[in-house]
Amino acid sequence: MRVIGLDIGSRTVKRVTLEDGVVVDHSVVPGSHDPLAVCDGVLAGQRPDRVVATGYGRRLFAEHRQAETLTEIRAVALGARHLRPTTRTVLDIGGQDTKVVALGADGAVAKFEMNDRCAAGTGRFLEVMATALSYPMDQFVQAGREADTAQPVHAMCTVFAESEVISATARGVDRAALARGLHEAVVRRSVAMLRRVALEDDIVFCGGGALNACLHQLIAESLGRQVHLPPHPQIVAALGAALSVNSPARSPRRVQ
Amino acid sequence: MTETTDYRPMWSELGLDLDKHDALLAALGQAYGDVFLSQENRPETMGYFDFVMGEIHGLRVKELVDARAAGRIVVGSFCVFVPEELVLAVGGVCVGLCAGADFGTEAAERYLPRNTCALIKSFFGFTLEKVCPYISACDLVVGENTCDGKKKAYETFADLVGREFMVLDMPNTKSGEGRAILKRAYLDFAARLENLSGVTITAENLTAAIELVNAKRRAMHRLARLRQADPTPISGLDALLANQVFFYDDPERFTQSVNNLCDELEKRVAQKVGVAPAGTVRIVISGCPMAVPNWKLPAIVESTGAVIVGEESCIGERGTQNLVDGSGDTVGELMESLVDRYFAVDCAVFTPNPTRAPHTLQIAKDCRAHGVIHFALQFCAPYQMEAPLLEREVEKGGVPVLRLDTDYSTEDVEQLRTRVEAFVEQLRGESEPIAHRS
Ligand code: SF4
Ligand code: SF4
Repeated sequence: MRVIGLDIGSRTVKRVTLEDGVVVDHSVVPGSHDPLAVCDGVLAGQRPDRVVATGYGRRLFAEHRQAETLTEIRAVALGARHLRPTTRTVLDIGGQDTKVVALGADGAVAKFEMNDRCAAGTGRFLEVMATALSYPMDQFVQAGREADTAQPVHAMCTVFAESEVISATARGVDRAALARGLHEAVVRRSVAMLRRVALEDDIVFCGGGALNACLHQLIAESLGRQVHLPPHPQIVAALGAALSVNSPARSPRRVQ
Repeated sequence: MTETTDYRPMWSELGLDLDKHDALLAALGQAYGDVFLSQENRPETMGYFDFVMGEIHGLRVKELVDARAAGRIVVGSFCVFVPEELVLAVGGVCVGLCAGADFGTEAAERYLPRNTCALIKSFFGFTLEKVCPYISACDLVVGENTCDGKKKAYETFADLVGREFMVLDMPNTKSGEGRAILKRAYLDFAARLENLSGVTITAENLTAAIELVNAKRRAMHRLARLRQADPTPISGLDALLANQVFFYDDPERFTQSVNNLCDELEKRVAQKVGVAPAGTVRIVISGCPMAVPNWKLPAIVESTGAVIVGEESCIGERGTQNLVDGSGDTVGELMESLVDRYFAVDCAVFTPNPTRAPHTLQIAKDCRAHGVIHFALQFCAPYQMEAPLLEREVEKGGVPVLRLDTDYSTEDVEQLRTRVEAFVEQLRGESEPIAHRS
C-alpha cells in the first residue's frame, strides 16, 4: 500500500511517501497563496492509495480532495517517536508556529502547547530579522553562533522587534551581536514553553527551525540537556501523518 | 428566524435602531441555523427551544412589554449573583441580559479600553447601537461589583443605559464579612424592588418565588443527570441552549419545557439512543459565561466528534447549582437561605476561590468526562489567572485539561479547532486519522 503524508504548513508543504510502511521518497516545497494547487503539484504522478493531511491547510485540502486528517500535534508525536522510540518531548518550530508535545512512556500525547497566534518566536520571526540586518539566512545563523556578545532584543512581536533592531543598527550596535540576541530571544520563548509543558528525555527538535544550528546549540545549552535532531527535521509531521494509518487504534481512556 | 408577526412597531417604540437590529437578527438567524439546526439526531422536544430562539426578540419581548402594561416590573441583570427570587416575589419579571456577540465593538471602544473582555464590550455595543430590546424593556437594570472590568465599566454604563440602574455591592472573600456584604446587597436590592413595584416582600410571596426558581433549577439538575449517560442523549450545544434560555424565559413555561425534554431524554437513555455513539470522547467546559449567541467553542468541540456533557460555567452549573431552602417561616429566615445558596457559587471573582477546582473535578467525574476544556475570555483576569491553578488541581485528579483563551470574533476558529482536535486525539488515545467532517 502506498500512503502519502502531507503536511500543509503556512510556509511550506512537506510530503512523505510510504510503500508498505517504508519511506521511499519525500519532498519539501514552498507554499503559496493557493495551497491546493501546491498540494496538487506535490501529489502529481504519485498515485497514492491513501493520503493523510496535517498542518493548518489540512481541512481545506480534505474538503476538496480525498484525504483523512490528523492534527500536527499528533503527527509530530508519531513521526518523532518513529524516528526515536525513546522520545518523550518534541519541540517543533515551524514557519508560523511553535509547539511542544509531551509524550507518555507509551508514546501517547500527554500534554501539548501551541503558539500560533502570531509569528513571535517562530521561523518567520528570524527570517524577517535576518532581512532587517541584511543577512542571508545562513550567514545570520553563522553570525549568531560565532558572536562573542549578545545584544538583547526585548520585543517579541515581529513588527516591534524589527523596529527595535533597525534603531539598534542606527545606533551602531554590532550586527552579529544582534543576530545572537535575536536567536536568544527565540530560545528563551521555546525553553519557557518546554519547561511549562514537559522536559523528559529524550528531547527531539524538529520543524524548519531545527535546521538552524544556532537555535539548536543555544536550546541545548540553555536546557543543559541533549537535544536530538532527526535527519530531515522538516518532514517529521508529514512522516507521522503517513505512519498514522498503520498505528493501532486504541479505545478512549477508561474513565472512573 | 421565522417571523410571523410584525414586531417592528414594538421595536420602534422600544427605541431600537431598526436597520442595525435587522442586521443583528439576520446574523443571529444564520448562526443559529448553521450551529443548531444542522445537528443530527436532535431530541424532538428541542423544538420548543428553537421556537424560543426564533422569537428571542419577538414574542418574549412582547410578553415583557405586556407584563409592564399590566403593572409588573421588568428587571435585567448580567450576573448569576442577582437573585431572580426577589424579583419574582414582588411580581416582577427577571431577564438575563445576554452579551455574547461581537456587535458594536467600535462603538464600545469609544468608552472602553481595547483590553476589556468581550462580554463587557458586547453589552456596551448592544446598548450603544440600540439593538437590545431587553434592555429597553427593563424598568431596572442591575449591575454587580464583581470583576474589576464590570465594576469600572458600570460607572460609565450607568449614564448610557437609559434605564434606572443600580449596582449590587459584592464581597470578594468567602468570609463571614463577605457573607454579610452579600446579605446587605440583597436587602438593598429587595428594598429597591419593593419601592419600584409597590409590592412588599412577604414570607408567602418569597416562598412561592423560591419554589418557582427551585423548580426551574430542579429541572436543570434532571437534565444534567441525564447527560451523564453514555451514549449521551443530547448534544452539548442543545443543553447549552437550555441553559441560556434559563435566563430569560418565563420560569413556569421553561420548567415545563425542560421537563418535557427530560421525559424524552429518559426514553432515549433507556433505549441507549444517543447523539453520538457510546464511547465518544466526553468533555466538560469550565470557565467564563457563554452568553447568547456565543456558541463558538462548543460548536468547534462538537464538530470534532466529541460531545460536551457538562458546563462549569455561569450559563450552566453556577446558574443552576443548589436549591434555596424554602422552609423558613419569616422573610428574615428565607433571606438567610437565599444568601446561603448564592454565597456558595464559586465564581473566580472570589479570592481565594478554593472550591472551584474540586467542584470542576467532581463535575467531570459525575459526567464521566475524559477531559476538561477551560474557556477564558481574553482580558478576563479572574478566569485567566485561575486557569493554571484549576488545570493543576483537575489534572492531579486524573482528568486532562486544555486551556483556551478566546473572544467572540471568528478569526481564531481554525487555531482553536487544531488545539481542540489535538486534545480530542489525545483523549481518544489513538492514532488513526479521523475521517474528515466538513
Ligand atoms: S463569572 Fe462571576 S461575575 Fe461573571 S457572570 Fe458569572 S458569577 Fe457573575
Ligand atoms: S468574563 Fe471575566 S472580565 Fe468579563 S465580565 Fe466576566 S468576570 Fe469580568
